[in-house]
Amino acid sequence: MNLKNKIILACLAVLLPLVSLPALAQSAVSDQYKWLTFTVFGTIICFTMFVTYLAAKRVKTAKDFYTAGGGVSGLQNGWAIAGDYLSAASFLGIAGLISIWGYDGFMYSVGWLVAYISVLLVIAEPCRNIGKYTLADILAYRNDPKKTRVVGAISVITVSTFYLIAQMVGGGVLVKTLIGIDYEYSVIAVGILMLSYVLFGGMVATTWVQIIKAILLVTASIVMVIMVWSQYGFFGDFLNNVVNDPKVQARVATILGDAAKNMTPTELGQRFLEPGLLFKAPIDQISLGMALVFGTAGMPHILMRFFTVPTAQEARKSVVWAMGIIGGFYVLTLFLGMGAAMKVGAPTIIGVDPGGNMAAPLLAQALGGGKDSLMGNFMLAFVAAVAFATIVAVVAGLVLAAASAMAHDIYVGVIRGEHATQAEQVKAARIATVVFGAIAIALGIAAKGQNVAHLVALAFAVASSANFPCVFLTLFWRKCNTGGIVTGMIVGTVTAIGIVLISPNMTYPIAVKAASEKAIKGADDKLVKLNADLAAAADDATKAKITVDVEKANKAKAAAQKKIDDLKGETTSLVGLDKPLFELKNPGIISIPLGFLAVIIGSLLYRDKRADEMWDELYVRQNTGILTAKAVSH
Amino acid sequence: MAQSALNWAAIDNDPRFQRLHSKKVAFLSGLMLLSIVYYFLLPIGAAYFTDLFKIKVFGVVNFGIVFALSEFIVAWGIAAFYTVKAKEFDAMAQELIREADKIGAKK
Repeated sequence: MNLKNKIILACLAVLLPLVSLPALAQSAVSDQYKWLTFTVFGTIICFTMFVTYLAAKRVKTAKDFYTAGGGVSGLQNGWAIAGDYLSAASFLGIAGLISIWGYDGFMYSVGWLVAYISVLLVIAEPCRNIGKYTLADILAYRNDPKKTRVVGAISVITVSTFYLIAQMVGGGVLVKTLIGIDYEYSVIAVGILMLSYVLFGGMVATTWVQIIKAILLVTASIVMVIMVWSQYGFFGDFLNNVVNDPKVQARVATILGDAAKNMTPTELGQRFLEPGLLFKAPIDQISLGMALVFGTAGMPHILMRFFTVPTAQEARKSVVWAMGIIGGFYVLTLFLGMGAAMKVGAPTIIGVDPGGNMAAPLLAQALGGGKDSLMGNFMLAFVAAVAFATIVAVVAGLVLAAASAMAHDIYVGVIRGEHATQAEQVKAARIATVVFGAIAIALGIAAKGQNVAHLVALAFAVASSANFPCVFLTLFWRKCNTGGIVTGMIVGTVTAIGIVLISPNMTYPIAVKAASEKAIKGADDKLVKLNADLAAAADDATKAKITVDVEKANKAKAAAQKKIDDLKGETTSLVGLDKPLFELKNPGIISIPLGFLAVIIGSLLYRDKRADEMWDELYVRQNTGILTAKAVSH
Repeated sequence: MAQSALNWAAIDNDPRFQRLHSKKVAFLSGLMLLSIVYYFLLPIGAAYFTDLFKIKVFGVVNFGIVFALSEFIVAWGIAAFYTVKAKEFDAMAQELIREADKIGAKK
């Protein structure tokens, strides 16, 4: 079977379950317009597959597979970084947070952009100057290659896996919510699609898929924002409309509860533009901010992108482009989120997905003319397809990073002692891709129904506490050595994960039970009162209204009871705790300093002649690009 | 993988490299510190200076929104400033790359 046939087969494997399955579950797209959604999805998938087909012909060596031959331009790489970075969490999640919580959601988006300053100033250029394919290449340069490759690869695989599970679950839920295809099929579809990009086209195809996706995402956002502006006015007028919008005012009243009683409608609307509706624990926010600012620079799939450009200058240019695209996108998100708060309204958004992830797709539908219009459903289908492409593109980048750690660092570097032919290396990379792709699909299905939102934060926590201190200190601190890298990687990873295991992120059965019992009691009290009201009600209209409330209370009671049943009699969390030992959800504020400290102490206690002897070479090269730049000019 | 064809210690000790190195370290650490301080002012301000964030600057637009938007401007500003400044470093590095064979010739 030739390459073309293989790719067509993979394409069919994805499309068939999408088309042939009857849509049983309830979804955002009505049955009448499903064909439209499939057409848009299909067009985008076929287009990316065609690009993969072209790319596959160009992948011959390990360098092609891992870094697209190092021939990507700064502009292209900037778009690809944006495509790699704007994951479902930031694209769908932040628009959702803004639509439900107002200002706090917007504030949250800032950290995701600021994170790129550390990438620009301290990571991108030195890594381009001394790196080859992977994060561990940088660690292995002056330290013991085998030891640092092993710890580096473990950390890369850990970070990628956490991030990957969050993306796979997000993708499954997204497709299920939008078009009603079963969760398992959605995850498999995401997995197969991503596998065919990476397997056949390596970094060449992954780069182009990321560029295409970023362009689609930015285009869709600009079109939607222009539509929002044309309806609600530009900046000042727009925000004035937000403050005076009854849906926004009602939302704030719901959040504030009793505190909202003495507030005028305008005050309620204004409150939406003020901090504090969502975030109550500032230290937690600062901790998350630290994980973002230092973690992005330690994200293996982002770091890997800098090996695809020829020079440090191009690496710099790509970060600047990425910052422009990513930052511009988040500014647009402010208008998308607040636009959705007015046009769709928080109750509807939360009704489709409690996390608010459907705010942008629902806004697209509303802007196009609503649930029953052709244009509305076309726009929904388009945004949904972009969101789907987003997940596939991010997952492809992650799988490539994890596969490179397995194949290049562990297999070629450690097992084969750096001796492998090009053909063997590419084969190892492809096998690792399939293995990791299969793991991703399996974990995605296994994590069904789990709350995985905190896994993204955990991935950033590990990247900032283990990867970043190690990469940063080996590049900039003469005394850093193998001992420091090994200790730092282990301490950073273990503390970040360990703290999360004892944090409020975990489920604490006793607390869940207490809260659920309280909810049941509240519902019971309400039912008693409602039934009394019902008996006293004079006319049918009042009766009907009370009956609705009775149903609501019964539903709340059943939901609380289900939560208790789901615990299956367990009384302690996964690690055997009654209540969290650590009060913050984000471990960064503790684990990042510990990670740095571990590298420093480990280096001082360990003697490593090679790390010291190689320092001059590494430091001169990372600063000047000698040899790297030369290789290109020749 | 390490290429040791050059005498790296000699290049490291070259005054031109030392000048590049100290200029870069001073510039980058200063800019990095500025960006971190400015960023963390946002969550700290939102939590502990809520009244300041609620002050209206014009119309319904309050200080908090202006400050959050300024984070974007500052981030882009830092990127632009560095892009300009880096040209200077590039020129200095270029000189070292050109003469690397001479300075770094093995004795």
